Amino acid sequence: MSVPSKVEKVLENHSFAKRDKLIPILQEVQAADGYISKLAALKVAKHLNIPASKVYGVATFYNQFRFKPVGRYHIMICRGTACHVKGSAGVLKMCEEVLGIKAGDTPRDGLFSIETVACIGACGLAPVISINGEFHAKITSDKLRKLVEDIRKTEAQNAAK
Amino acid sequence: MKLTINGNPVEAQPGDTILAVLRRQGIHVPTLCHMEGLLPSGACRICVVEVEGQNNLIPSCSFPAAEGMKIITSSPKVINARKTIVELLLGSHPDDCLYCAKQPTCELSRLSSDYGVRSRRFPVAKKKKPLDISSPSISRDPDKCILCGKCVRVCEETQTVACIDFVKRGSDSFIGCAFDSSLNVSSCVNCGQCINVCPTGALTEKDDIQPVMDALFDKDKYVVVQHAPSISVSLAEEFGLPPGTDVNGVMTAAMRKMGFKAVFDTSFSADLTIMEEASELAHRVKNGGVLPMFTSCSPGWIKFIETFYPEMLPHLSTCKSPQQMLGAMIKTYYAKKQGINPAKIYSVSVMPCTAKKFEVTRPEMGREGYADIDAVVTTREFAQLLRIHGIDLKTLQPEEPDLPFGDRSTAGKLFGASGGVMEAALRTAHFLLTGKELGALKVEAVRGQAGVKEARLKVGALEVGVAAVSGLGNARKLVEEIKNGRKDLHFIEVMTCPGGCINGGGQPIAKNKAAVIERMRALYNIDATEKLRTSHANKAVQALYKDFLGKPLGEKSHHLLHTKYARRKAADVG
Amino acid sequence: MPQNRDLIASNLAGLPASVRAAFLTRVFGSENYAEKAAAMRRETISRAVVYIGAGTCGLAAGAAKTIEAAKRYIKENKLEADILEVGCIGYCAAEPLLDVQLPGQARVSFQRASGDVTPGLLDSVFRDQAPSKDYVLGQFEDGGKKWPKLPLLSEHPFFAKQLRFVLKHVGIVDPNSIQDHIARGGYGAFLKVIHTMTPVQACDAVEASGLRGRGGGGFPTGKKWKIALSSDADQKYIICNADEGDPGAFMDRSAIEGDPHRILEGIAIGAYAIHASKAYVYIRAEYPLAIKNLKKAISDAKAYGLLGENIYGSGFDLDVIIKMGAGAFVCGEETALMNSIEGRRGMPKPRPPYPAVRGLFGKPTVINNVETFGNISEIISQGPAAFASVGTRGSKGTKVFALSGKVNRTGLVEIPMGTTLKEIVFDIGGGIENGFAFKAVQIGGPSGGCIPMSHMDIEVDYESLKTVGAIMGSGGLVVMDEKTCMVDVAKFFMEFIKKESCGKCIPCREGTLRMLEILKGITRPRRGEKEADTLARFSGIMNLENLSQVIRETSLCGLGQTAPNPVLSTLRWFRDEYEAHIFERRCPAGACTEMLEFTIDPVKCKGCTLCAKGCPTQAIVGNPKTPHYIIAEKCISCGSCRTVCKFKAVNAA
Repeated sequence: MSVPSKVEKVLENHSFAKRDKLIPILQEVQAADGYISKLAALKVAKHLNIPASKVYGVATFYNQFRFKPVGRYHIMICRGTACHVKGSAGVLKMCEEVLGIKAGDTPRDGLFSIETVACIGACGLAPVISINGEFHAKITSDKLRKLVEDIRKTEAQNAAK
Repeated sequence: MKLTINGNPVEAQPGDTILAVLRRQGIHVPTLCHMEGLLPSGACRICVVEVEGQNNLIPSCSFPAAEGMKIITSSPKVINARKTIVELLLGSHPDDCLYCAKQPTCELSRLSSDYGVRSRRFPVAKKKKPLDISSPSISRDPDKCILCGKCVRVCEETQTVACIDFVKRGSDSFIGCAFDSSLNVSSCVNCGQCINVCPTGALTEKDDIQPVMDALFDKDKYVVVQHAPSISVSLAEEFGLPPGTDVNGVMTAAMRKMGFKAVFDTSFSADLTIMEEASELAHRVKNGGVLPMFTSCSPGWIKFIETFYPEMLPHLSTCKSPQQMLGAMIKTYYAKKQGINPAKIYSVSVMPCTAKKFEVTRPEMGREGYADIDAVVTTREFAQLLRIHGIDLKTLQPEEPDLPFGDRSTAGKLFGASGGVMEAALRTAHFLLTGKELGALKVEAVRGQAGVKEARLKVGALEVGVAAVSGLGNARKLVEEIKNGRKDLHFIEVMTCPGGCINGGGQPIAKNKAAVIERMRALYNIDATEKLRTSHANKAVQALYKDFLGKPLGEKSHHLLHTKYARRKAADVG
Repeated sequence: MPQNRDLIASNLAGLPASVRAAFLTRVFGSENYAEKAAAMRRETISRAVVYIGAGTCGLAAGAAKTIEAAKRYIKENKLEADILEVGCIGYCAAEPLLDVQLPGQARVSFQRASGDVTPGLLDSVFRDQAPSKDYVLGQFEDGGKKWPKLPLLSEHPFFAKQLRFVLKHVGIVDPNSIQDHIARGGYGAFLKVIHTMTPVQACDAVEASGLRGRGGGGFPTGKKWKIALSSDADQKYIICNADEGDPGAFMDRSAIEGDPHRILEGIAIGAYAIHASKAYVYIRAEYPLAIKNLKKAISDAKAYGLLGENIYGSGFDLDVIIKMGAGAFVCGEETALMNSIEGRRGMPKPRPPYPAVRGLFGKPTVINNVETFGNISEIISQGPAAFASVGTRGSKGTKVFALSGKVNRTGLVEIPMGTTLKEIVFDIGGGIENGFAFKAVQIGGPSGGCIPMSHMDIEVDYESLKTVGAIMGSGGLVVMDEKTCMVDVAKFFMEFIKKESCGKCIPCREGTLRMLEILKGITRPRRGEKEADTLARFSGIMNLENLSQVIRETSLCGLGQTAPNPVLSTLRWFRDEYEAHIFERRCPAGACTEMLEFTIDPVKCKGCTLCAKGCPTQAIVGNPKTPHYIIAEKCISCGSCRTVCKFKAVNAA
């Protein structure tokens, strides 16, 4: 199974780690696996010699950690003040309607997932979204719809190959 | 240093928090998250007071007292703040008070009443969360949780089990096990210390009152009861009497009134346990067995070592707990003697302990398709039973327990306090090994409420190192020391609950440590005043051996009075 | 630039000769640094340099394509030119920004330089020697011959009133080159401090400057350092708070992306001043580019012997560790931040004890904001008096603001304290876009308040802002116009706070939930409102003030204590909007779309079907070329139909 070995690789780099390495380790685990699985959390707990309830308690506290896998195209919609004032609430609603899923849901077809983030820090170009880390500024519902269509087209082409 | 409280000059010590000063002055300030002996959390904010010169209200639990400070504990601002905080809590709380098991000890209800909350200001906003009634010992109702965090702290800091923690954030927070597993599959050891510190009905013991009542009213069942050493010195608190009042005799009478066909004293089987355990210790010492040996009467401790230190299992005494020994004797010896089919006996035990509810479900604790003990009720539940049956202890005449399991030594009675098992065992071990009584019989070094007590004794030519620890955090520390090579201890008493069974998860909710100390004092008082003070001198125990068991560690004893352990998997330990 | 040369000289002047020699040789190859330094900071260049603003905002605006186009252009035309990705010069609205510096010529800056127009812009410089006026933002005034008839960048209304101090080199220095930074005087102050000043003297200098914490608290920095210095312990820590959680703030991000060494140097000086041998930079994970640049900066500083053990023989050790935040606004609070570094839930602890006495891992700890650290090196270089000569009596120096929202010129603005908000929004920001009327500016993020036109003459000053119910905050400035609903703004912030509340203390956890509930109650649709809801709405308003007071006075940390501010502030200045929502069930700004009922005017509707196609709930029915109709029960009042209708046939009331 790929899950144990990815986590184990991360833990290998933190041989004598103590509790203060918990968050960086969880970040690396999520970077490797895409989310924090039960098994991964247990391994991390054992490695750091802290109770699993603490690992779970810490992981669920922070926005960053996910406990379910995300889609191949993970859309992050900024809900900062400037973006809000420039209409990001509408962008979020439109995104949810177009994709048929709500923010935080596990994707049905594994293609898209949506997450809202507090503030990306590109407020001068609000509203801002990012898809798999690539930022798109001054986004409108139309622009978003087009981006989604483009992705769907690419995926369909790739599937056909 | 000098400060002013409500206009009056007051003295304070350096290092005092404002709360410590207030309490010393007898000024009551409500708290919800404060825990004696642990660092202040500062979470509930209900202990706020006004301090001159500060813009905001000050939490008295964590703010240090300072020279010249001027404090007001009940200004309109403060009262309004406290009332609003209570109303905010009530806003997220179900309107269950009339149906809640926590009444009348619910702290939230008390605060609401004290601060004159007369209407619901905020409608319930949060989604209903499911109950967790998976555990045989502890029931969780997360809707009633006020997130004070005391359960998390006692489980992590005192018991070092840490099976629960805060999950998520903000108003979505709740207390749960890792990955939201149910309590029964987690590393929870069922000790119920969380129940004792919970200010609301979010944590209560699993209710076993109904099955007991059903049994009592079932003509086909022969219902018997045993009660732990702690019960007689704690039960009275549930009826407003001072902590430490011994109601043994009237309690026995009450039990008979309720319909129990026989009332037995677990202190009797505590003597029995001592006979087996002292013999076992002597055997290990003589034959190079695994040392140090740990006592095994605390089921929370057993679950703890099975989960966290399975490699140390050979150190555990194989003796069952007094409850289980008596349970086995009831359905074999007693049943035979009375000519009753053991399948028809419904055996109940009244315990200060919630882990006992788990212990009775262990498959080793029974035979031929029946469990040795059918139901465990806590001290609190038993008080409930008395109320349901309309029995007033104050109107009863004391009665004697039933034979053959009623006579007990004071050594057996001491089992309720931390250090009591050790003292009882030393008295008998000394006698068994040297033929002589242990001096004045008192072993001062293992008495008291300290979490770790150690002593060295001469038992004949042998110098024996013993320890008595209570609270699993202390147990863990000692286990680690032994794993790391500590070799000077031979025998260790472990009680899961800090201070011993008198502070068990099923006991009357004490307002402070003083009540627990009174219960402890009552037990040692019995030891100081009664004549029969050693287990080996208990004639009833001797008779049991002669008549039925043969000898300690003999085949029958081994079969009925001893047990085995195995590594336990927990969802959060793996 | 005379200034920089002086800085290198003046900073290194008092150093032991061996240290001076070692340092200069390491960086410049010998003690004769003047020419090499001038080249490193591109004062004199032999090859053309094409600068592209590649900060996160630049990239979001399309700078990646600009870079690609520029690379292609240089290759195809076989030019003697290099591309340099720099941080953001701050004028976000004009991005992507592309600058060209020909040898001997002033650097000229182009705005809106998207990938497709880049070849044309480069042509105008390289081929035509006549930078395209339509795109020119301005030219730099120091170094090189001026381009005829092109404006100076410094005279552009966006830049004219700014005093760029912390952001001095952002967009100019190569963020990935430590040599560039040193050539501009970097790390000279640090060496000066560790070799010629005692920690007490360093604290004194900062205290004399009057620098106050730029994270929002405004606590005198030198004083905080002194408390930590006087706390005895075997280990001390200094932490740079780069969590920048305020939505609408991106000052710290830009500073770290664009000039990481300046911040690093400030941290190093601070560490020395309090006897800390370990520094943490707690930076939010949402800033990957800043993290990347900071990582390189630390690694380079180590390689140049400026971090590590016994730095340049001073006996001072310093290790800098980056800790990434995991997405929790509350971790911008000091004690929560420390809990997070320790691997715990980011829940605050009671204070006292204060971090400077007992903080990270129980040791004395100083936590300062990125911008605070950005001021330190020059306070040392130029002396505290120079710093104190700028600003007001109580607030010295400059402040960086992230100006965003409905202004024409959004971006990063650094002004001397004492500048008025009116100047920032109207002179620098260029007023409201699309010709709408100004309504308010939100300052201080979710802990702050709104300031209406009537008080826009207020000076940027810690104390002055408090008098109008606002706070300095970390620097977020969001401008709102007549189409912004202030009740919605309050609701937005309360939603943010409720989501970010750690949940530890009752007043914040339960109180913000209730305040949000009340605000939602008055922005809810009229349709289907039951009597109980109406009662709840009115009683909610009455509860709002008491709740606000209790939350403010009893919450455990600053998040809770300031949570009611946006509500109180908008209530204070825009009470009429609240009253319209509550009593008239009407949103005067027309922004609370949920309260609007959308209908289509059958006379104006041409049946183009555009609205029906775009309706997310398929609530619009109608045949092509016939008037369409909105089914009220299906309508979620999102307003998309109104947005797309070219015939203004959609009414909302």
